[in-house]
Amino acid sequence: MAEPVPQVVAQMPKAKLIGLLALFLGPSVLIYTAFSIYPLLATMQLATFTGESGGGVHFVGLANFRTLLTDALWSAPFWNALKNNMIFFAIHMAVQNPIGIALAGLLSLPGLKLKGFYRTVFFLPTMLSVVIVGFSWNLILSPLWGVAKGALTAVGLGSWFAPWLGLESTALVTLALMSVWQFVGIPMMLIYAALLNIPDELVDAARVDGLGQFRIFFHIKLPLVLPTIGLVSVLTFVGNFNAFDLIYSVKGALAGPNFASDILGTFFYRTFFGNQLQLGNPTMGAAVATVMFFIILVGVCLYLFVVQRRMRRYTF
Amino acid sequence: MFLEQRARSFAVHAVLIAYSALALGPILLVVMNSFKARNAIFGSPLSPPDSSTFSLVGYAKVFRASHIFVYFENSLIVTIVSMGLVLLFGAMAAWALSEYRFRGSTALALFLSIGIMVPIRLGSVAILNMMRTAGLNDTLTALILVYIAQGLPMAIFILSEFIQQIPKDLRDAARCDGVPETRIFFEVIAPLLRPAIATVAVFTIVPIWNDLWFPLILTSSDSTHTITLGVQQFLGQYITDWNSVLAALSMAILPVVVIYVIFSRQLIAGLTSGAVK
Repeated sequence: MAEPVPQVVAQMPKAKLIGLLALFLGPSVLIYTAFSIYPLLATMQLATFTGESGGGVHFVGLANFRTLLTDALWSAPFWNALKNNMIFFAIHMAVQNPIGIALAGLLSLPGLKLKGFYRTVFFLPTMLSVVIVGFSWNLILSPLWGVAKGALTAVGLGSWFAPWLGLESTALVTLALMSVWQFVGIPMMLIYAALLNIPDELVDAARVDGLGQFRIFFHIKLPLVLPTIGLVSVLTFVGNFNAFDLIYSVKGALAGPNFASDILGTFFYRTFFGNQLQLGNPTMGAAVATVMFFIILVGVCLYLFVVQRRMRRYTF
Repeated sequence: MFLEQRARSFAVHAVLIAYSALALGPILLVVMNSFKARNAIFGSPLSPPDSSTFSLVGYAKVFRASHIFVYFENSLIVTIVSMGLVLLFGAMAAWALSEYRFRGSTALALFLSIGIMVPIRLGSVAILNMMRTAGLNDTLTALILVYIAQGLPMAIFILSEFIQQIPKDLRDAARCDGVPETRIFFEVIAPLLRPAIATVAVFTIVPIWNDLWFPLILTSSDSTHTITLGVQQFLGQYITDWNSVLAALSMAILPVVVIYVIFSRQLIAGLTSGAVK
């Protein structure tokens, strides 16, 4: 039997189709292009200019990038921020994602009671503003209040306490763990959803073969949700290399102590907007943003072309 | 066997309850202490407020010293207008992309999905320049335009997947009756999108409400600050006044928690349903 209907669309007069497309797609394409794609391109273009004292700009090619990567005044803070950002990301991958997977695994156990309660509670910190989370932990870890110290003393580890946020050696790790605490809900929820999509027959078959829940999780379920873990990793990567709010709220634009918690987001803000130590420099700011764009692009491409291609997608 | 199962279930709950305490503890601690007098905050931080330690002095200070209601209003306006337009424009675009075949439709879909992965923040230098040129600097309109551009890619992606699941017969029947395309969308398709709205709303509302970056870059006066920026600046200014700081934090936390608890069922259903596999 012929399908009459796609033909209605196919046979639509061209002018009418164009009119419909303009009506339905116009607003989205216009706003998205003007306020998302165009500013990105314009920023990259601006990165090849330099400001003049009179307020104008003139073309300098790739000189800004050369300054950023080689001039000691710029390159030292840049490499420091990049290194810190790598550590920030590594901590998320090493702590946030395993905890997310473990929680999702426990939540997806058959017949678990109070499932809804746990899910709601675990995801709650993710809903809060990073500013709120940053300040709340700042208070809790503050030696002035002594809550963290009291809690450690209660379990006999009082001597472990240190003003972690104030020490150069521990500030970045502490901030990363605060961020992990907040965002663990995202990997948990995505992996939980993927685990629920695994057909019962597979799990039942394994159980009939005598496998325990633990081995079912590691040998059957975990390999099946690897694509989701890949997705979670790339989302974490993009989020981390674009992070700013937490460090700015807790440590300010100078990302102290002595730039120990400086990451690309705060470095970009200082360069572009200025701070107590320097005036804002839009063209160098644009150069920093362009470098951040390429770092994120490399991460996303690695995911799209290596990770996702290699992994077979299982559709049920 | 039975005992072993009981023991295992007990262990699982012990782990989950311990993690619940870790997730809730800091939030409870802040909210609880915001209702206490200063010496009680420091003297016994872990005990809930009682009749001798109860105090609202922090809240009084927040109301007096900040424009908290203006911030709330601004955040509400920005979030609601942005979300409404993201839903409307996003649904229209998703419909056109999944329903009409035309040259370049795949390329356009790819173009629109760039924004899912590439953060709009990286264009901030040019966005600020544009807003200054257009005279929109320090207005809520500037924030709304940026947030619509930020929210559209994900909204179009989720709504397209959803529209493709709607049975074809519905619009086909309407077309055979000669109903115009615009009415098919607004009267047949749009009402069916309701379940997907929860998902789209999560991905739109939460990042907008919580955003610090764009208010920081694009707004400079108290009358245009959003709640996140307003609270951030208040906290920075009164950092040594623990009553006020705890009260301001609680006032930012409580509305989000109340709304989240009311809608958490739909929200989690939206998050875990097919759209984001």
